[in-house]
Amino acid sequence: MTLLDERQAGPTGNGRGDGDGDGADYVLEVIDVVKEYPGSPPVRALDGVSLAVRRGELAAIVGPSGSGKSTLLAVIGTLDRPTEGTVIIDGHEVSGLSDKWLSAVRSRLIGFVFQQFHLLEGVDAIENVATGLLYTGMAPPDRRELAVVALQRVGLGHRLHHVPNQLSGGERQRVAIARAVVNRPAIVLADEPTGNLDSKSSASIMELLHELHDEGTTLLVITHDLELGDSLPRQIVFRDGKIERDTRLGHAGGYLDRRA
Amino acid sequence: MASTPNAVALTPSRLRGADVFRVGSLGLRTRKVRTALSALGVMIGIAAMVGVLGLSESSRAQLISQLDSLGTNLLVVQASTGIGGSGTAALPTDAPKKVERIGPVTSVSYTTAVAGNVYKNEYVNKGETGGIAIVAASNNIVDTLRGSVATGRVLDDATAAYPNVVLGSVAAQRLGVSDVSSRPQIFVKDQYFTVVGILDPLPLSEDLDRSVIIGEQAAHDFFASDNVPGSIFVRTADNQLDSVRGVLPGTVDPENPDKVTVSRPTDALQAKAAAETAFTALFLGLGAVALLVGGIGIANVMVIAVIERRNEIGLRRALGATQAHIRRQFLTEALLLAAIGGVGGVIIGALVTAAYATSQGWHIVLPLSGAVGGFVAALLIGAIAGMYPAMRAAKLAPTEALRAS
Repeated sequence: MTLLDERQAGPTGNGRGDGDGDGADYVLEVIDVVKEYPGSPPVRALDGVSLAVRRGELAAIVGPSGSGKSTLLAVIGTLDRPTEGTVIIDGHEVSGLSDKWLSAVRSRLIGFVFQQFHLLEGVDAIENVATGLLYTGMAPPDRRELAVVALQRVGLGHRLHHVPNQLSGGERQRVAIARAVVNRPAIVLADEPTGNLDSKSSASIMELLHELHDEGTTLLVITHDLELGDSLPRQIVFRDGKIERDTRLGHAGGYLDRRA
Repeated sequence: MASTPNAVALTPSRLRGADVFRVGSLGLRTRKVRTALSALGVMIGIAAMVGVLGLSESSRAQLISQLDSLGTNLLVVQASTGIGGSGTAALPTDAPKKVERIGPVTSVSYTTAVAGNVYKNEYVNKGETGGIAIVAASNNIVDTLRGSVATGRVLDDATAAYPNVVLGSVAAQRLGVSDVSSRPQIFVKDQYFTVVGILDPLPLSEDLDRSVIIGEQAAHDFFASDNVPGSIFVRTADNQLDSVRGVLPGTVDPENPDKVTVSRPTDALQAKAAAETAFTALFLGLGAVALLVGGIGIANVMVIAVIERRNEIGLRRALGATQAHIRRQFLTEALLLAAIGGVGGVIIGALVTAAYATSQGWHIVLPLSGAVGGFVAALLIGAIAGMYPAMRAAKLAPTEALRAS
């Protein structure tokens, strides 16, 4: 518990929610994370970032390209290791984990949604979504059953057997979202989920993300789109590898600036 | 692993065995043409090796059964002409009788060359001899050579004294005689003879295939042949062959044993088989080269696939695949590719063997070791070819893989 105690005293406390008390249930805790890419001079993509996300939150990480938000996504998603600092996902400290255990974290705890969808071509929607459960070792019939449920949940019950190139962009992203949530992960990381979509599809995808949030899913949306960020209950604004601003919609309905 | 006390225990990622196969075959199923083309290389290599092994085995089996039926206990005694070939080569007239008295000898026949040419009839241009020789032979010559009659019958005591003739297989072909039921006649030297039989090929004496065979008595009566033996064919007891071979020259011509040559016709057949074995090794080598090239083709295709499918690799890593899972996926893909080539190659090799063996009238022999060995060789090639691309895929950083476009 020393880690937690230190954190309460440290600057990370800033990012830890709205002051409901220290018993808060955090899904994600990022503490003093530094990410440096080698070079001369080395590039510091994340420069002492700390933040915490509660279970059930819907937050946006907003910033221009090069601000470090994609690096943060990679570090939170355990796709990359921080140079310094601590990342805790659903109670698991991941900084020192081997590739095998990092993979386990991704398989069990994290769902990814990508700008380019990254669906498997030539494979139908059910199989694409079931791939989200592939590395849990679940039996194929169970995977498919859960995949159908997830597809129905994202409103694609009528597109179960379509392959990606028979689907519209919005539908493809829905398949990708179904794949991200099929395993009921602790947190879903969505990287520019509407970046490849027209405004109408974007709106419906955002609507879907809100619905998932309403059902209790924890979502972190990474975007360069300030407007989109503004539409979410919490925005963490990045600039030059640092959190510039962390604001959230208060209980009263107004934005509460958490940044000192 | 470090985790806060309230964290739920994490279980490692897991990919089921059946799913390894499913995932490994996905790339092949979605890129069928490429799969077929890259499997083709290995297929050709394996087909060549299986075919060569099958053909050499079939031909060896054919030879063994031929040697079996012909018997390896036949010796041929001929007069050697000596260096320079001076003087007429002849064996003493009483030689066959002496040979018969050697204990382990079971059967003796001899042939005498008769000067002259053979024509279909008297009107044929005298220059068109067809290269057919006239031979006077003992009546049991076909038995001694373990030959068989294609049609008609051989000469016997009753027919050998008269102008009757038996044709060797090649001679019959050249004379255009295939049926003896109408008692066809051919013009032998200066006189018509009646064809009573046609022989099947005689592997132990191909000279006789190109000859017409008449009786000793007829040769003497019609062509004034002295019936001096040219070749004596000797069957011996199997286990006494070498000792008989040793005493034959002295028995045949006690005065000049060095002017007598004893040979064993089956030696020539075995030498022929040995020469074929050398060719087998050569073709096997060529097959191995084709297989190697096929393997390099697979490695090449897999390296390209890894580059092309970086996004997929990144996605799988994001979904929880470990490096080992990715490595297994691509290794499985290479193995499946090679296995397709291997199975196809074994089938094609077997078909080629069957087709060729059938066309040669051989028994089809498909060595199981060749088929299994071919398949295993293909898998081995696939494993080696897939190793490097699979390692590369596994080592790919997930973020890099996902960024690639």
